[in-house]
Amino acid sequence: MAHPKRKLSRSKRDTRRAQWYAGIKTANLSACDNCGQKKLPHRVCPNCGHYKGRSVITPKGA
Amino acid sequence: MRHKKRGNHLSRTTGHRKALMRNLAAQVFEYKEIKTTTAKAKELRSYVERLITYGKRGTLHHRRLAFRMLQNKDAVTNLFDEIAPAFESRAGGYTRVVKLGRRRGDGADLSLFQLVSFEKVAAPAKDETKKTRKKSAKGKKEEEKEGQVQKAQVEEQVTEEPKEEKPAKKDTKQDKKAAEVTEQPGEETVTEKDETAEEDETKQTENEDAKDKEDKPKK
Ligand SMILES: [Zn+2]
Repeated sequence: MAHPKRKLSRSKRDTRRAQWYAGIKTANLSACDNCGQKKLPHRVCPNCGHYKGRSVITPKGA
Repeated sequence: MRHKKRGNHLSRTTGHRKALMRNLAAQVFEYKEIKTTTAKAKELRSYVERLITYGKRGTLHHRRLAFRMLQNKDAVTNLFDEIAPAFESRAGGYTRVVKLGRRRGDGADLSLFQLVSFEKVAAPAKDETKKTRKKSAKGKKEEEKEGQVQKAQVEEQVTEEPKEEKPAKKDTKQDKKAAEVTEQPGEETVTEKDETAEEDETKQTENEDAKDKEDKPKK
């Protein structure tokens, strides 16, 4: 059976494992129509509680 | 294969899932809008829409069908007496699912399940403004008291300052005139003109006065 010729160094191993973080992408944010704050698209604004021109919830901060 | 098998099992047995939908639907008819996970809300739509259709039919048979699904008398009466009549003119699409975001703790995707035209809309914004107003009102009262005192002081200062300044300026000007007159007694006509002019031009700035001073010696 084939075997590795050399032991993989810690550096090589950790570099490979660190690539997992490179795959993480930040969420695409959109601006709220009501207050202009950045929010997740297609979701109620957590800042002012508005969605599609309608006040839906009471925001937690207020 | 699960080809064309519709619906989300929600990781529950049939009985558990049925009981869940029953409870959620009953709560919707009681509270008009409920917060739940997006998956449950989407699954709940078909249950609630069918029940509202039963409510619109309004017969005893449909009341019994609704009770078979809900197993809750209060929910059935709510549905047939209060909710179904409001949807007389609406052909389907009685519910709305609005995404809220992720729940802190388990990261579940949450949604608000609403009955259309039963939204609790105006309350949040008003509460916001009220709270801010209350806070600001308390602050404002104190600020206003302080501000009024300060304003009063400022006004006193303002009223006092011009009175003090105007006479002082007039005095200085008169002194200057007098000095000019004493310096140049021969040119009475010029000084008289200057006096009348200066009386009219008391509002003018000091620079112009300075120009006048510069002009006079030349004449
Ligand atoms: Zn907003």
